[in-house]
Amino acid sequence: MALTRSQVEHVARLARLALTEAEKETYTEQLSRILDHVESMNRLDTSNVPPTYQAVALQNVLRGDEPHQSLDREKLLSQAPDHEAGCFKVPKITEG
Amino acid sequence: MTTKWETVIGLEVHVELSTHTKVWCSCKNEFGAEPNTNVCPVCAALPGALPVLNAEALAYTVKTGLALGCEIPHYAKFDRKNYFYPDSPTNYQISQLDLPLCRNGHVEITTADGNTKQVRIGRIQLETDAGKLLHAGDDVAEAHSSLVDFNRAGVPLIEIVSEPDMRSAEEALLYLTKLRAIVKYCGVSDVKMEEGSMRCDVNISIRPAGAEKYGTRAELKNVNSFSAVARGIEYEVRRQIAILEAGGTVDQETRSWRDAKGISVTLRSKEEAEDYRYFPEPDLPPIVLTDEEIDRVRQSLPELPDSIIHRLMNEYGLSAYDASIIVAEKELAEWFDRAVALAGAANAKTVANWQINEVNRVMNLKGLGPDQIPVSPEQVAGMLKLLEKGTISGKIAKTVFEKMIESGKDAETIVKEEGLTQVADEGELLKIALEIVSANPKVVEDWKSGKATAAQWFVGQMMKATRGRANPQLAMKLVTEALEKFTGQA
Amino acid sequence: MSASTYKLSATRLNRLFAAGELSAVEITESVLQRIEKVEPRVGAFLTVTAERALERARKLDGRRKGGDTEIGLLAGVPVAVKDNMCTEEVRTTCGSKILGGYVPPYDATVVERLRGSGAIIVGKTNMDEFAMGSSGENSAYGPVRNPWDLNRVPGGSSSGSAAAVAAEEVPLSLGSDTGGSIRQPAALCGIVGMKPTYGYVSRYGLVAFASSLDQIGPFARDVEDCARLFEVIAGPDRRDSTNANRTPHTIKFGGEPSLKGVKLGVPKEYFAAGIDPEVKARLEEAISQLQALGAEVDECSLPHTEHALAAYYIIAPAEASANLARFDGVKYGHRAENAAGMLEMYGKTRAEGFGPEVKRRIMIGTYALSSGYYDAYYKKAQQVRTLVMRDFEAAFSKFDALVTPTSPIPAWGLGEKTDDPLTMYLADVCTIPVNLAGVPGISVPCGFAGGLPVGMQLIGKHFDDHKLLQYAWAYEKVTTHTQARPSLEGGL
Repeated sequence: MALTRSQVEHVARLARLALTEAEKETYTEQLSRILDHVESMNRLDTSNVPPTYQAVALQNVLRGDEPHQSLDREKLLSQAPDHEAGCFKVPKITEG
Repeated sequence: MTTKWETVIGLEVHVELSTHTKVWCSCKNEFGAEPNTNVCPVCAALPGALPVLNAEALAYTVKTGLALGCEIPHYAKFDRKNYFYPDSPTNYQISQLDLPLCRNGHVEITTADGNTKQVRIGRIQLETDAGKLLHAGDDVAEAHSSLVDFNRAGVPLIEIVSEPDMRSAEEALLYLTKLRAIVKYCGVSDVKMEEGSMRCDVNISIRPAGAEKYGTRAELKNVNSFSAVARGIEYEVRRQIAILEAGGTVDQETRSWRDAKGISVTLRSKEEAEDYRYFPEPDLPPIVLTDEEIDRVRQSLPELPDSIIHRLMNEYGLSAYDASIIVAEKELAEWFDRAVALAGAANAKTVANWQINEVNRVMNLKGLGPDQIPVSPEQVAGMLKLLEKGTISGKIAKTVFEKMIESGKDAETIVKEEGLTQVADEGELLKIALEIVSANPKVVEDWKSGKATAAQWFVGQMMKATRGRANPQLAMKLVTEALEKFTGQA
Repeated sequence: MSASTYKLSATRLNRLFAAGELSAVEITESVLQRIEKVEPRVGAFLTVTAERALERARKLDGRRKGGDTEIGLLAGVPVAVKDNMCTEEVRTTCGSKILGGYVPPYDATVVERLRGSGAIIVGKTNMDEFAMGSSGENSAYGPVRNPWDLNRVPGGSSSGSAAAVAAEEVPLSLGSDTGGSIRQPAALCGIVGMKPTYGYVSRYGLVAFASSLDQIGPFARDVEDCARLFEVIAGPDRRDSTNANRTPHTIKFGGEPSLKGVKLGVPKEYFAAGIDPEVKARLEEAISQLQALGAEVDECSLPHTEHALAAYYIIAPAEASANLARFDGVKYGHRAENAAGMLEMYGKTRAEGFGPEVKRRIMIGTYALSSGYYDAYYKKAQQVRTLVMRDFEAAFSKFDALVTPTSPIPAWGLGEKTDDPLTMYLADVCTIPVNLAGVPGISVPCGFAGGLPVGMQLIGKHFDDHKLLQYAWAYEKVTTHTQARPSLEGGL
């Protein structure tokens, strides 16, 4: 399955990965080859086969509505690259 | 030539559930706390954290669905909706795509012209609220940085999606009002648009009247109040009609409502529309509900507004209008029922009048919420009993009412303490009447010459003399008697 | 303490500690010295928490001296933890630069359980970045070397955990297994490694790679030690909704090793083209040994095996693409400097922080889920998964367990397969189907191929982990492979 460069660019944008021009080249080639191999799945007839999303079937895992002790804010923010006034600080949000 | 246009409206309403804890973790679900003080590894999306579903959030969702006439399927699951935004710690939202918890409900609305229609609800899904962004300067488009508070991240949200069944701003507001009341009655949310626990996105399109096909729709976001919904719809209708009448086509896009300016602006065009790459949530097993479990939730439903209105009209003969005021809030309806139980069904209309005209008036004046009704059903029922017996007059009753609110005491105590018992002793009243009549010969002359207000003036004086405690009808009768006696016109 | 305290098994160390014959401090010091000596050659550890470990050892000794009779299953035993499991106040990197300096404010459930059993955590081990890799060469902090031949790979992604145990740096370690990341390095390093049934061990605190496939599991130099560690980490945990809420069986080893009455299947697809002839020979010898122990061995077929790899390389990256979205420079870890706005910040942060293999997988995963491709890739892969599971179900209606090679080839040279990601992926053909089905799998040493370790894999039904351990123990008792130790030669 040959991926085009523009498809790779689109996917990289969806995944928020800024690729260099060289990387776009390399990944286009590598991803195409990987997808080629994956195409082998299409040989299989799966028309009446339900997908399995969870190998060990569980259901209704629930918890009660009692509050626990939240994280200490100082501890939480000590990991933040930038923070101010008790909040995480981020640069200008350029899109809605 | 102007074609007749039809407006087509669908509403997506998000409601924050009022559980004690968030949907995937046990942090407090609390409005207005200091930023980032109700956060844990799960809702902050620290590496390694995992979601666990809050049983109460599940129950609240099913309850709401049942109250809105939905089918509750036996199997439901969660899905990840993938997109990057700083208010989303995981950069995906746990939501429900193809198998939501509720389907195919409806809300009945009655328009001013008396027509009833069903607005269909397509689905209700349980999902995750995002954190809050504070922009330097309050406008995301202009701020050079933003601050992120994750207190709200992880609060349970239900999204109620209507079908595009509404045709006007009026219908949209009726739907929203009724929806809000039903949700509030279920006790699952405080549904306050001003606090964000209820939010509304409007999908609106225009088509030629009588056409089958829908026109291109625009999604309107950032409508923060019921009145803004009306204003937004009216603007969009004008905007879209203008485009169509000029021969253009309406863009399918997301727009933001700017209430202060009274306009909507483009937020996201179709080209920029996100590809959410939904896939089933691997960290959460599905929800499998039995008929018994669903029925148990159904048993826990309160009597809902429409049903109460019906009952009040049929059992007590209240008008639809009066009944609708009483059911506007669950606490008011409960208050009414309790008061009628104490005062007797025969007095239901009287109770209703007192509630609508007096209790609600005071509440509006003092800005009291439905959980702050200033007088108890016991107090009002007690007062009505005294009125019925004739112990107090209607006028005195109003005084007693004010005092009951002030002091919290019951009517009987107040009447006793303040000596407000109605004077009904004919002999005593006649005596007083004669005294007043004889003291005011000029007014007697007025009465003799047929002046209509003269007798009333005497009654007024009698009320003064008895400090309002005279029975007004009796006072009028005895004034007339006294005057006739005095002027010899027996 | 003798010079070789660090060589003792966990079971022995625990017994000696409980009897008062060895102190926790002696044990820990011996292990820390060994780590210091060997690390320059192996590179198994990213963080060695010497001070904390000694502090803990002192506390344990104090409690035991003070008359505390409650001796945990791993009391006094040093353990290493793969660096994708959260350890409170100890730097956790997942082998990646994007978590630069991140220190978790909480312990993973397995870490809590280790502490509760009296284990002494001595450090965090090196790994392929975010558990993506099969060689140990994808770490942002340098490769791990195979103790049997320092010019060769130890396997991955739990490269450091495997190498540390093989090189006798620690008696026990924890790894994680998504497509073979415990079993394969165990085979390449000549030790025992197990992936429990999906849902047996809590994933809370394990930095997620592929949520429906990941499981934490033990590495040890013998089966009894492996079982002991498994018993400590497995069990109910309400913080993980995919946890099966099961308490593991207490396994008692002893008596005459026997596999009488045990039916073992040998799926022919695992011995297909591509298997090293020496590896095949070792497996055939092992199977003879199993028969000698009384097992009934028969050939069987898992016809969809060849498609399992393709399905895995869609499902795992797809889940990973969402799980790794949280690494965005907002809340923790690396943030790119001088970004003009959020879009640039996201893009640059993730480009700078993630290595090439991680980026590749995020992109495959994103593509497989994207509009227009979901049905052809993601949904299709999950349908193939169903077929793979049905293969196992059919096999388990006839057999108690299956026997296969763990890896079709022994350890290869560093740098040999790094040019073509696809060749690397093919290393996992024998292990991947097990993760798709969620069944348990264990790798035990079964000999050598040209001086390099070979592993035999036993695969069992859901929650038959205790049975696999019994079968493995019986095999171990009649062989000597788990007694071999590397000399740490070659390379550098």
